[in-house]
Amino acid sequence: MGQAWKFGNNIDTDQIIPSQYLVLPTIKDMSKYTMEPQNPEFGKQCKPGDVIVGEINFGCGSSREQAPLVLKELGIRIIIAIDFARIFFRNCINNGIMPIEHDCATEISDKDILDIDLKNGVISNQTTKKEYQFNKIEGYLADILDAGGLAEYIVKRKEKNG
Amino acid sequence: MFIVKDNFWILIIKYFNKVEKINMSSKNNGMTATELIIARHANRERVKPGEIVNVSVDMCMSNDATTLLTERIMKDQMKTNSVWDSSKVVIIVDHQVPADSIDTSVVQQGMAKFVDEQDIDKYHTTDGVCHQVMLENYVYPGSLILGADSHTCSYGSIGSVSSGIGSTDLAAIWASGETWLKVPETVRFVLEGQLKPYVSAKDIALYIINKVRANGLTYKTMELSGPAISFLSVPERFTICNMAVEAGAKSTMIIPDDSVLEFFNELGRPFDDNELISALKETENAPCHSEIKINLSDLEPMIACPHYVDNVKPLSEVKGLKIDQTFLGSCTNGRIEDLREGANIIKNKTIAPHMRFLVTPASLNVYKQALKEGLINIFLDAGAVVNHPGCSTCWGAHQGILAPGQRMVTTGNRNFKGRAGSPESEIYLASPSVVVASAIKGELTHPKEVI
Repeated sequence: MGQAWKFGNNIDTDQIIPSQYLVLPTIKDMSKYTMEPQNPEFGKQCKPGDVIVGEINFGCGSSREQAPLVLKELGIRIIIAIDFARIFFRNCINNGIMPIEHDCATEISDKDILDIDLKNGVISNQTTKKEYQFNKIEGYLADILDAGGLAEYIVKRKEKNG
Repeated sequence: MFIVKDNFWILIIKYFNKVEKINMSSKNNGMTATELIIARHANRERVKPGEIVNVSVDMCMSNDATTLLTERIMKDQMKTNSVWDSSKVVIIVDHQVPADSIDTSVVQQGMAKFVDEQDIDKYHTTDGVCHQVMLENYVYPGSLILGADSHTCSYGSIGSVSSGIGSTDLAAIWASGETWLKVPETVRFVLEGQLKPYVSAKDIALYIINKVRANGLTYKTMELSGPAISFLSVPERFTICNMAVEAGAKSTMIIPDDSVLEFFNELGRPFDDNELISALKETENAPCHSEIKINLSDLEPMIACPHYVDNVKPLSEVKGLKIDQTFLGSCTNGRIEDLREGANIIKNKTIAPHMRFLVTPASLNVYKQALKEGLINIFLDAGAVVNHPGCSTCWGAHQGILAPGQRMVTTGNRNFKGRAGSPESEIYLASPSVVVASAIKGELTHPKEVI
């Protein structure tokens, strides 16, 4: 169960983490500035388990992987959007963040309480009492997500194969 | 009866056309140029759009925004201490050249340590924007190149499959030389007609992005074809392919023609794999996801307005808007042709009062050529600040930072909120001639007004 942080169309990775903070020594240092151009309070108020909700083309722009990493640092594990930009989508999977593509993004408002059942593929909006079924990610990508990210997946596979 | 007969003949002609089409593409199993290149790197006879395949990578690239994170992931998370082949790893410092803070300098110090430790000699610290450096030194037709920078999609302009990736993907490539790719569907843009004066490759790019929108090509490849391609120089093709990621494209493709071969001859690294060039040519009519025709004669100068690259308007609708800063440079429009276009307009003129006009050549080679041709003096005499080659203002964390309320018109590729400083500033994207004309008048200006 987590609170929705609602954003609009075309949220680019410069919004998620502006360029000037990429030289900070750690992801933790950068994470204070997450979403700063959109909402300067986000980095301080976001809590683990909260859910980011965007609309069209979430994560477009720069390939900076610091974008999903600052979100992960703040405890974000799920992002819902109508669609995602390609590099960001891949970066999310590689870091164990679940990108859910669903049109319901337009029906979710800021601060709605969402309960997301990843096992059965159900988003339930506790605030509006609406439920939505989503297509779960399967196959190779699901294996990467299950491992917690690509690096973890590669290490596990190495260990398994000796 | 006659109607039936007519239809019959039409059907026969259609049938033969179809047979001919299939025959033409069957030499390459009906694959597009992008599919053909991916198939060769996947060691497969044929690949289909949507398929996930494992590919070997010819070259990979990272810069000062992405290298250290990639190193950390490879070493700490993937438990791998060295890159698979140091001759295929390119590392370029371009985003903040020279370092402008202690933090930045620490990053670049770490990069120097890493290249020494890994024995990487394709390391550039002052040579220019990564994509221009890649074009001048490393890319070639038929290659598969991945880079931890979203504008890596540019190299389709010379017939390479190239795409931007994140640091974890790059770390996995550093560790193994391989990665997985989903074969993209090809959207073919057929360019016809000829550009009018003062309309440029940048306007074609903005026109396409406006037409398909910022997510219109997500997970797809943008193939440019048609009779008008032969009128576009390699640098102009690069400008269009560079911007494709702003429509979400994974990669781009222009089947290499004689002007590409000529371009490589002039660079002093001739490309002579004729088998590959003819194999790519034979993919011209391969079936694709969709075709979009664009008549270049219809285009006029375009402006992408804040804060989205697909918020495109004809210049005529927004001209006269007051501008505080102008920028000529970037991997999109910082080549010698762009500098010539700008210098031609501003020669013997000066910039408007209070205007900050920044010129940043895309590479050291471009810079030296511009010096030789006297272009740099023209810009300096007009009142410009000329910067050392790099990403400069386009990256927005280094030079030419905007104050709240300020407006910039730039030849760069992104106008995102806060991309060049304050979130309360505004960025407009345009062609080199519109940018320079606007520097002279202090407002969004059509170049013909200052000539």
